Amino acid sequence: MDINATLIGEMLSFAILIAFTVKFIWPNLTKAIEERQLKIADGLNAAEKARAELKDADAKVADEIRKARQQASEIIDKAQQQANQILDKAKADAVAEITRLKAAAQDDIASMAQRAREELRERVGALAVQGASKIVQREIDPAAHKILLDQLATEI
Amino acid sequence: MASEPQGGLTEYIQHHLTFWQSHDGSFWSFHIDSIAVSLVLGILACGWFWLKSRRATAGVPGKGQAFVEIVLEFVDGQVKDVFHGDRRFLGPLALTVFLWVFLMNAMDLLPVDLLPFITEKLGASHFRAVPTADLSMTFAMSLTVFVLVIFYSFKAKGFGGFMHELFTAPFGKHPLLWIPNFALNMVELVSKPVSLGMRLFGNMYAGELVFMLIAGLFSAGSWLLFGMGIVGYTVWGLFHILIISIQAFIFMVLTVVYISMAHDHH
Repeated sequence: MDINATLIGEMLSFAILIAFTVKFIWPNLTKAIEERQLKIADGLNAAEKARAELKDADAKVADEIRKARQQASEIIDKAQQQANQILDKAKADAVAEITRLKAAAQDDIASMAQRAREELRERVGALAVQGASKIVQREIDPAAHKILLDQLATEI
Repeated sequence: MASEPQGGLTEYIQHHLTFWQSHDGSFWSFHIDSIAVSLVLGILACGWFWLKSRRATAGVPGKGQAFVEIVLEFVDGQVKDVFHGDRRFLGPLALTVFLWVFLMNAMDLLPVDLLPFITEKLGASHFRAVPTADLSMTFAMSLTVFVLVIFYSFKAKGFGGFMHELFTAPFGKHPLLWIPNFALNMVELVSKPVSLGMRLFGNMYAGELVFMLIAGLFSAGSWLLFGMGIVGYTVWGLFHILIISIQAFIFMVLTVVYISMAHDHH
């Protein structure tokens, strides 16, 4: 028969091994495992949070970019408008200046022509008087014949 | 085999199936081989796990700690599936059973002549390397489990509750049924440690015997049989890896099942 006091010895050894495992092995290992589980859970939560924050930040950045773009286009529009206004004003000014200058020039021309005409008329009058005095060979009283001579000059 | 007395296969096997006893015959003798091997393996397993658990960190675990944790998680998972309660005792109990039985079973994978050859040089005439192929060993474990079953039956149900269950389940409360109820419960109760111890013993004993039979081929005197021995030993060894793991697993799971059954009320 194989059963002898070995049975009792092994029961004792078994009990001691169980007690040892219960007391010294199991608690430490399960504690380490549970702590790590907590750590991993925390890490995952933090990662999840960071991802959400990143998403928010992305949305914010996109929003900012959109706003900036809108602002820029507004500024460009305004600038273009302003430029157009300036251009229009300049054009109008230039046209006014041109008409003014033209008018002044026309006035000048007109007055100069008038003067030239007057001069010519006087010269012709004088010439006519000279000519006439030469023809008549005598002194004509210019005052007495002024009306006649003026008439002659206008006919020329 | 060279160191064996000339007497053929029968004597070879008989020699290998004899324990190294402290003194012959009486109950109060010890199987020195079983006790030595089981103690060495128990201290090895517990010491190793203890070292790893002492340096256990909640940070990134080293390879050794990871392995120890994998084993622990595996055992803990099995216990969790069966037992829904505080696992602070049942978990480590299952771990001890699994590790110890597995390592003792694994002694079967050593060459059958290796340890006897070494111990013979040291003066022991007989040596059996597999403690779980020793009825004393397997019954020591199953009886300890039995004691725990009884203890937890009392603890979970109280003395009155346990007695009430013994006499009234499963047939009923009628006084005439007390005796059959009790008899049936006794059979159920006693069959647990008996089957637990016998199953492990039977499997390991048979495995050991097959190894010895195959080892007998090596000295059969023919190269053909020698080759068959090598093939047979290899194939049986590979298959036996499965058996030693499964037997350790079964012993662990049944231990947990029996103790969790002790917690259940009928």
